[in-house]
Amino acid sequence: MTATAEKTDSTSEVGAVPTFTVTLRILRHDPEGLDGREAGAEYWEEFTVEAFATDRVLDALHTIKWEQDGSLAFRRSCAHGVCGSDAMRINAKNRLACKTLLKDLNPSRPITVEPIKGLPVEKDLIVDMEPFFASYREIMPFLMTTGPTPERERLQSPEERARFDDTTKCIMCAACTTACPVFWTDGQYFGPQAIVGAHRFIFDSRDEGEWDRLEVLNDKAGVWKCRTAFNCTEACPRGIEVTKAISEVKKALTSGEV
Amino acid sequence: MMTAPELTEPKKPMNRRTVGNAEKWGWIFQRASGVILIVLIFTHLFINLMTGDGVNQIDFAFVAGKWAAPLWKWWDFTMLVLAMVHGTNGMRMIVNDYARRPFVRQTLQWALNISMVVIIVLGTLVIFTFDPCPTGTDTELLNVELCRELGRL
Repeated sequence: MTATAEKTDSTSEVGAVPTFTVTLRILRHDPEGLDGREAGAEYWEEFTVEAFATDRVLDALHTIKWEQDGSLAFRRSCAHGVCGSDAMRINAKNRLACKTLLKDLNPSRPITVEPIKGLPVEKDLIVDMEPFFASYREIMPFLMTTGPTPERERLQSPEERARFDDTTKCIMCAACTTACPVFWTDGQYFGPQAIVGAHRFIFDSRDEGEWDRLEVLNDKAGVWKCRTAFNCTEACPRGIEVTKAISEVKKALTSGEV
Repeated sequence: MMTAPELTEPKKPMNRRTVGNAEKWGWIFQRASGVILIVLIFTHLFINLMTGDGVNQIDFAFVAGKWAAPLWKWWDFTMLVLAMVHGTNGMRMIVNDYARRPFVRQTLQWALNISMVVIIVLGTLVIFTFDPCPTGTDTELLNVELCRELGRL
């Protein structure tokens, strides 16, 4: 039997999808001071857009940037929750704009969008990620081994792999680190993400640098600053149990066993 | 020709002072003392407030009666020391979080440590040099039974 597609009027079908109006209240930061503002001025601006039930916050930001105000600045790359570029504080919670459906945010009230907290804002929703990446570099996120390189793969059992499976999911969006109340206060703390990154190697049976990393995390700015607020676990768009990973690192340090 | 950007050596430390295992032991102490304090404080509250006449029984005579037993002296001493060190350690962490200027931080840390030592010393003196039957006190206020036993009345 030949498959036959029913002929439909595609425009009327798209039109049939219900739309709703939604207001976005965006915290803007103007480093240059245009339109009579002071340089570095911070202000809230509201935009109203038409949206479909399938639209995400990122789609609304695109509509604003493309149709209403081209000066709105935000980061995004893949727009599908993989690259981790568009973490922002939406309705006072850190989320990825590309994974958050507008209809899930109670669109009858204005949706607040702010840059992630604790990192210096450069413009609008763009923050300077360098302190975040600097912490990540400090825990040495690369395979460390001794001895000659084997001629074939370094083997590992499924059980050994399972130990750090959760922390391999990290996309470095900074949602966890910038949700952490300790990170907000002093900015010296490595932050949850760096510890997640370290966990991924510390508990990898193929890696031999675990004590180098644990020594870094035993520092004043290390895991002991964690107060188990669980903000990081709640914020993680990848569902990583961040607080649990931090506790496993603490346990390795107190017991002396990895 | 394209060249890869030059990266700084990853292990380069960022101006951080390593403190050995001090932070680790601080963390372990905080948890251990917390668990012990729960037992000490709730037993203390139960004995003082729930048994006998409850809150109405607490006066000089009641304290004198309790401290006649070495168990309660040491109980209160442990509670005093653990609570003070536990609280000071917690405050130290909060100061480290919020006081960014080294001068402010050090001043607050010193004030904290001094007040901790002063309170521990004063409390210890009260517990171990306590006189249950000071001479010339109205017998109404004293633990008459205890003072008779001690031959002070």
